[in-house]
Amino acid sequence: MRKANSRALLAAVVLAAGAVGGGVLGTGSSAGVGGVRVEAAPQLAPMADGCDLAASLPPRQDVGAKIRKIRERGVLVVGVDQSAYHWGFRNPQTGRIEGFDIDLAHAIAKSVLGDPSKVLLKTISTAHRIDAVKNGEVDVITRAMTITCDRKKDVAFSTPYFRTSQRVVAPKSAHVKSVDEALKGKRVCAALNSSSDAELKANPRGAAQVRLVDNQLDCLVLMQLGEIDSTLSDSSLAAAQVAQDPQVELAGEPFQPAYMGVAMNQADTDLIAWVNQVLVDWRSGGGWRASYDTWLKDSMGASPDPYLP
Amino acid sequence: MATPAVIEAQGGTAAAVRPGGGALGRVRRAAATPPGRLRTASAVLALLALLFGVSAVWQSATRSAAAGQVVTRSGPLNQDAAEIYRSLADADATAAAGFLLAGDETPEVRKRYQDDLATASRLLSQAAARSGSSASAQQWLTELNGQLPRYAGLVETARAISRQGLPLGGAYLRYASDLMQNTMLPNAQKLVDAESAQLDADYRTAGAVPWLALLSGLLALAALARYQRVLFRRTNRVFNPGLVAASVAMLLAFGWLGVGTLAVNGYLHDSRYRGVDRLDDLDRVRIAALQAHTAETLNLVSRGATDKYTQRWDELTKKLADSPRIPGSESRLSMAADEGTKKPLADADRWYGQWLDLHKNAATQDAAGDYDAAVQLTLKPGNADTADSAYRAADEQWARAAQVEQASFRGAAGGLDDLLVVQAAAAGVLAAVAATAAVRGIGRRLAEYR
Repeated sequence: MRKANSRALLAAVVLAAGAVGGGVLGTGSSAGVGGVRVEAAPQLAPMADGCDLAASLPPRQDVGAKIRKIRERGVLVVGVDQSAYHWGFRNPQTGRIEGFDIDLAHAIAKSVLGDPSKVLLKTISTAHRIDAVKNGEVDVITRAMTITCDRKKDVAFSTPYFRTSQRVVAPKSAHVKSVDEALKGKRVCAALNSSSDAELKANPRGAAQVRLVDNQLDCLVLMQLGEIDSTLSDSSLAAAQVAQDPQVELAGEPFQPAYMGVAMNQADTDLIAWVNQVLVDWRSGGGWRASYDTWLKDSMGASPDPYLP
Repeated sequence: MATPAVIEAQGGTAAAVRPGGGALGRVRRAAATPPGRLRTASAVLALLALLFGVSAVWQSATRSAAAGQVVTRSGPLNQDAAEIYRSLADADATAAAGFLLAGDETPEVRKRYQDDLATASRLLSQAAARSGSSASAQQWLTELNGQLPRYAGLVETARAISRQGLPLGGAYLRYASDLMQNTMLPNAQKLVDAESAQLDADYRTAGAVPWLALLSGLLALAALARYQRVLFRRTNRVFNPGLVAASVAMLLAFGWLGVGTLAVNGYLHDSRYRGVDRLDDLDRVRIAALQAHTAETLNLVSRGATDKYTQRWDELTKKLADSPRIPGSESRLSMAADEGTKKPLADADRWYGQWLDLHKNAATQDAAGDYDAAVQLTLKPGNADTADSAYRAADEQWARAAQVEQASFRGAAGGLDDLLVVQAAAAGVLAAVAATAAVRGIGRRLAEYR
């Protein structure tokens, strides 16, 4: 793993190292999420609100109830996006859903079912992600989902697979220099129940009006039609917007560093541990890098280093 | 009916009680003399005949105008409004289908979308140009006229962006579809409501019973009868020819008005049953089916993002499956079928059943995780065995049945305005004849006093 520069990141490294190296943990399927974390990484310094963003179950591939269920069904149900360019988007030419997150979904299916094509991609709205996991509508969510303490109360996350932050998208013609300038007195757009929505609620920075939509891409439509002035989104999705419209730009500085994780039901401990092992293999086997090069290199830069958790 | 008696009695009593002075007194005294009584009677009879004539002409003319409106304006406008709604809703479903088919979109799908827009735009300008649309209808027409180019622009933007391989195109299509579903279609529905209210009003006016004319006619007839009886007794003469002629003319006019009213209202009722009630039923079914078809397509576009569309499908097909007694149920159509519409409605019913079956198959595939199979079963181009083509076939037959109904509507309602014009003219002429004959007849009696 690469050099980490945040406490939470360090925690993840420690956790992963401890789990892989020592094998001191209980079986993934029987131990609770929180219990494992505390037991495995006593040196973790909890964040201010008592939650560790990078913590998850140790990687392990034991067949538990959930894995058995998925294998009986023969297909992995994955919650995805169809509007996140390069992440999870419907290719308008072929009608197929593709992207970095979709590659990850296929990697999980290959590991669980032996066949990467055994996935049922279910598009879900940003706002519905938590409920979809809790209700069991989907097995996993790979949908550029930011790990937050609030969400961890409702769902379980894998270890991080991508580093992200909050970014503002604004028209180039606005010549915005900073985040505050981009939001103050402006009509700001964000996806409903996204981390950007939460950020705007916590600190609106003087936004004149906040418009919440089903999907961050709807914000770009509204911006092009002049109905909003700026959009707040995850840096990954903000970059995806800029990649689709050369007349908008990432304005101001990135803030609120965070991680993306695979969301799962808290009860599916065997699946959580399994996915964490998939993530370890995906990175060490070059899959992560290959997907980055395929989808993200052009819009996010040749070096993936800033994004590796 | 008491009037004639009063005329006769009035002279005596009024003069006796108040022999007083002034112009009014002079008139009263003059009226109290036998020639005066005759003059008064003559004036009253002529006035009653003329009152009948004027009210019959006025009421028949009003009804004639309304009956003409039913055929030339509110009837067609009512159908045009329903057609505008259908083209708009179909355009949205077709745009969504084109998006779903992606690179497989056929020229036919593209053409259907363009035809829908062309139809909507033609009918909108036609309806706006027809004078005399109600104010509320004009308002919805104006709004739709402004929104249609905006919608078309958004859909073309979506297409252009999708061609570059960007998901932003899909977001534009969602935006366009929201504009259609949440703003334009509700406006089109209000237009339909306004036009059908106008049609109802025209039917009411055209079918209004001419009470004033009938009443004044009865009054005139009674006055004639009563006065002739009085004269008959006083003079020992058998009949006054002028008054007899006046009575005959009045009877004729009254009979014409009565029978004519009954006949016209019968035709109106018939045309209403076909042109309004049965076409209404057809329109309801067609629009509900179209909305269900749109929901079916949009559900595939949303790809599980919301169950809004499956819910809408369930609601609409439940409504269509209602018992024949409920307007808007599909089975009601076959119940009301006659010679002309039997065949298309039976065909439509068969296609409709097939559509539901195919939809169920596609939904089963979708639920089992085979999204591609669901899309193929729903609208694979060039495949006759899809839900889409079954729906199209059903709607084509419904449209055919609607044409038959419209033709018989025109048959039943057409020419009624002319009938009413003739009726107005006849009532007017006969009333004038009656008034003249009454004045002349009494004039001859009057001459005997000179």
